[in-house]
Amino acid sequence: MASEGDRRSDPEVERRSRLLGGFHFHGEGARGVAIALLSTAVFLTVVIVAVTQSAGWPEVKRTFFDWGDISSSFPDIARAFVLNVKIFLVCEVFILVFALVIAVLRSLPGPVFFPLRAFAIVYADLARGVPTILVIALLGFGAPALQLTGVPTSRVFWAGVGLILIYSGYVAEVYRAGIESVHPSQEAAARSLGLSRFQALRRVILPQAIRRVIPPLLNDFIGLQKDTALVAFLGVIDAFNQAQIDSAATFTYGAYLAAAALFVAITIPLARFTDWLIARDRRRRQTAGGFA
Amino acid sequence: MTARRRIFLAAAATLVMLLAAVAAGCGSTKEASTGTAGTTSASSCNKSDLQLVDAGVLTIGTDNPAFPPWFGGTPHKPWQVGDPRSGEGYESAVAYAVARKLGFAKSEVKWIHVPFNNSFAPGPKSFDFDINQVSFDKKRAEIVDFSDSYYDVNQSIVVNKGTPIASARSIADLKPYSLGAQLGTTSYQFIKDTIKPTKQPSVFPSNTGAVQALKNKQIDGLVLDLPTAFYVTAVQVPNGKVLGQFPAEPGGEHFGMVFAKGNSLRACVNQALTKLRSNGTLKQLQQKWLAKATGAPILK
Repeated sequence: MASEGDRRSDPEVERRSRLLGGFHFHGEGARGVAIALLSTAVFLTVVIVAVTQSAGWPEVKRTFFDWGDISSSFPDIARAFVLNVKIFLVCEVFILVFALVIAVLRSLPGPVFFPLRAFAIVYADLARGVPTILVIALLGFGAPALQLTGVPTSRVFWAGVGLILIYSGYVAEVYRAGIESVHPSQEAAARSLGLSRFQALRRVILPQAIRRVIPPLLNDFIGLQKDTALVAFLGVIDAFNQAQIDSAATFTYGAYLAAAALFVAITIPLARFTDWLIARDRRRRQTAGGFA
Repeated sequence: MTARRRIFLAAAATLVMLLAAVAAGCGSTKEASTGTAGTTSASSCNKSDLQLVDAGVLTIGTDNPAFPPWFGGTPHKPWQVGDPRSGEGYESAVAYAVARKLGFAKSEVKWIHVPFNNSFAPGPKSFDFDINQVSFDKKRAEIVDFSDSYYDVNQSIVVNKGTPIASARSIADLKPYSLGAQLGTTSYQFIKDTIKPTKQPSVFPSNTGAVQALKNKQIDGLVLDLPTAFYVTAVQVPNGKVLGQFPAEPGGEHFGMVFAKGNSLRACVNQALTKLRSNGTLKQLQQKWLAKATGAPILK
């Protein structure tokens, strides 16, 4: 777009540009676009014809793609979706903090800290090794069954705890990758300036580490948003459970599409944003010689 | 430049036309698919003429675990809690009675595990019919076919003894409590449309989850069909009690067996059910397996 001004100054170029309706095709560009459009058209046609000609299509169309089912279930599902949004917003804050603690524990040097390092390693292994739905089921039904006074019985609370525990395992690994990507000379330099080990971590290493891992952090955040649907296992009515209810009442699946649309509406913008951050980061590294 | 522009325009026009054609194609399949919903008259209910998933065998689906009082006996793998193959329990007994009327010996009946959600999934069915306490509903009947009623069911509510909700005596008394139901049951609709509680109700994907939440007092009351309610209080929630049953809704609610849309077997099963009803077999089986499911006070 920087060259826009130069082109505007040339009346001939400006006229062509107007004729082309805003598309600036020069040389190979127009052919490229035409080929892309044609191949997209052919691809879509093949897929759509294959699907719509299949024997089961009328039944699938009726049970999955009935606009009446989708639109009539949408308001209830959208209302229930508020719960999903609340859960992932609250959980994400706790995950970012808790995971950082785990990651820092794991990167502590020296034999004295072995138990803490071991704890962090075992924790990350377990959290990433156990299926999320199992943890949520165990906590959501198990913890209240203890009937200890002061222990909450709220299923949303325990589902949240489950998500925080699981996702902290993943996010701690992301942080660790960031911490380990900071060259050891950075810490050595910080220490030689008289900073304590903690100060070096806090002022020199973590700021660099976290900036580098923001894209993968957002990636896990997207995963968390989707996994909030697991709260349905505990009977709580979130967007997915509401969709299940509608589906079971009518024996159709339009409600699932409505729920999927809501999740996609928030996860896709975040995914694009993540990609943009990664691209920006790459550009910066290329221009700044490898160090952010 | 103009030549390239023409290529571009041609490509764009092709794309638009293809999409339009596809959209038109989608529209036209609609009429074709709605025509199949009509009634099918079975010309013959001779065993040899029946259209079956597995020739010579009546394949019946139900969920696992198979809970009493619908299924009884000692469970053998893969069945849990109850065993449909035992002939014990109301649904097992009705299924075998229907099978006998259709000419199938007990050994010619095969039971398969069909989770509730799979019973109505599109595509070829793995069962001839599914018997799993599925309530008839007009919307559902647009997607699958139901047999006539084999049990007219009332909804009821189970609570923990000694909790505040246990002193409720009417539907209005139930309003302030947190209530739960199992996914796919009409109990949730009943909570939402009739009780209209002030707290958000819960819906559990399984009986086990719903019962655990009641035991944990994470919900105050569990709404479910009356026979299941008696099983829940007798076995699953020792401190539970059936607070009462709800009066039948206008038109009543009934369980029907689930068939693939347009399956001609349904007419034959309905013939069998009619005979079993008129000769008193259904009533006898209800007394045998569901007798306990009567003496609950009615909540209005």
